Amino acid sequence: MLSEMERSEIERTLSQYPTRQAACIDAMQIVQRHRGWVSDESLRDLCELLGMRADELEAVATFYNLIFRRPVGRHVILVCNSVTCWMLGADALRDRVATAANLRVGETGADGRFTVLPIVCLGACDHAPALMVDGDLHRDVEPAHVEEILRGYQ
Amino acid sequence: MERPLTANIKPSDQPSDRRAYERTGGYAVARDTVLRLTPQEVQRRVTDSGLRGRGGAGFPAGRKWSVVPMGEHAPRPKYFIVNADEMEPGTFKDRLLLEGDPHQLVEAVIVCAYAIEADIAYVFLRREYTLAADRIARAIAEAYEAHYLGHRIFGSTYSLELHLHISAGRYICGEETALLNALEGKRANPRSKPPYPGVSGLWGKPTVVNNVETVYNVPHIVGKGVEWFKKLSRTDEGGTKLYGVSGRVKRPGLWELPMGTPIREVLEEYAGGMKEGVGFCGVLPGGASTDFLVQEHLDVPMDFGSLEKAGSRLGTGTMIILDDRTCPVGMVRNLEEFFAQESCGWCTPCWAGLHWIADLLKEIEEGTGRPEDLERLEWHTRQLPLGSTYCALAPGAAEPLQSALKYFRDQFEQHIREHRCPWRH
Repeated sequence: MLSEMERSEIERTLSQYPTRQAACIDAMQIVQRHRGWVSDESLRDLCELLGMRADELEAVATFYNLIFRRPVGRHVILVCNSVTCWMLGADALRDRVATAANLRVGETGADGRFTVLPIVCLGACDHAPALMVDGDLHRDVEPAHVEEILRGYQ
Repeated sequence: MERPLTANIKPSDQPSDRRAYERTGGYAVARDTVLRLTPQEVQRRVTDSGLRGRGGAGFPAGRKWSVVPMGEHAPRPKYFIVNADEMEPGTFKDRLLLEGDPHQLVEAVIVCAYAIEADIAYVFLRREYTLAADRIARAIAEAYEAHYLGHRIFGSTYSLELHLHISAGRYICGEETALLNALEGKRANPRSKPPYPGVSGLWGKPTVVNNVETVYNVPHIVGKGVEWFKKLSRTDEGGTKLYGVSGRVKRPGLWELPMGTPIREVLEEYAGGMKEGVGFCGVLPGGASTDFLVQEHLDVPMDFGSLEKAGSRLGTGTMIILDDRTCPVGMVRNLEEFFAQESCGWCTPCWAGLHWIADLLKEIEEGTGRPEDLERLEWHTRQLPLGSTYCALAPGAAEPLQSALKYFRDQFEQHIREHRCPWRH
């Protein structure tokens, strides 16, 4: 069941649009902010609130790469793999992140602390390579910096 | 040298709040526009300025606005949307404007929305721009408090609502009709055109979508005039341009310079030239979906017309440098894997063609390519022109590939001949 807080945040975004469906991407991101991901149960709850069918909302959910339909770790690490970061060492950085987090890219570690995902250009090409942990952008990241950065996310 | 878009931006500082922004003349143009100018007059100035879209396609802004039905019989509500979904690989220009001067964004939205008599405006922002999101949200709230947004703004008869929409990923959302579907809460597949959004856009209502940098130009054009705007430039295309450089250069960065500044000047004087011991091989002048240029093109002015004549495009104006330590085949593979992944899956030449291209490039880079693969890649680039798909993603993907096959053919052939990548040890 959606919490009171989730429900009231979603109600607020509804006022920005003329249709309830238009708020579905915001609504899924609100649920995700509270629970980390969008479960089947949350999806059904949102359908009821927004007047959508489950297949409609699932089609939307699976289109957008930042809506998670599987559980993720407490912290999500996005490693840029687009062109400038790739030229300046994104592959080595990604491998170092995976080693430090003790998992493979695309996975969530057994301790539930991290999920590591590739991401398209983060718009920080003048400070490549770049990665993002939760909402925080880290720039000019060398593989040697990784352990220290991750220590900030327990 | 005048830098109207970035004059108030100090990247290490907090951006101006409303009061500080107004102390430097902020909101004067928006107020004057709404109280003293007709929408037609705003449109006329922007059309006469020749302002072309800064998001990549370069479409004349005034012409985009001119198809919107005006007057009391126009369908309502009308929408104005700022495309802040900056995701073109190698592009980091709108971030500076959004993070550095969010009140300038709000003022620009007011002026643009007024020009098409829009009732509702959205800023469509990618989710990873978290700092920009906080700052834009604060600026919008401050503008509402001052009655610069909402009902009868600046004491006029004009009302405007402005909302911030945080997107949930996917490059294709930057395509303007895909963006409309995303805002409607649907999968972001581009729409068939015509009808164009100016006539039938968001929920079928007249809608204009403009890029961030384009929008930031408008209050300056309206306030200081067409002649002033044209004089900012070094060529016959008016204004300034945000130029960026990334790659193995001494000072990667972003600078607002006169439109038409040559590639060499941006690269050498502003970015400091190549790093010690690193050689220049080529440049994507305006993001991932522009054609490579090489040494012989370094004196080409960075404007729409000159870069087109040289065989490429201005695109976003943020250049990516290919250096001699980077394998050109690997670089093109990285670009095409990006485009293949980000295809929305709607049009066959795009979803089928781009994955095929990415597979061929993978084989060549890994040493299992065959000589006939180069002709096959060339054939693919001819299947992807504008008009073969609903949007410009696939035509854009063809650009770096077709030009790499032309300028770096030797390196492609070397991979196939030697069954290995010479850059991998």
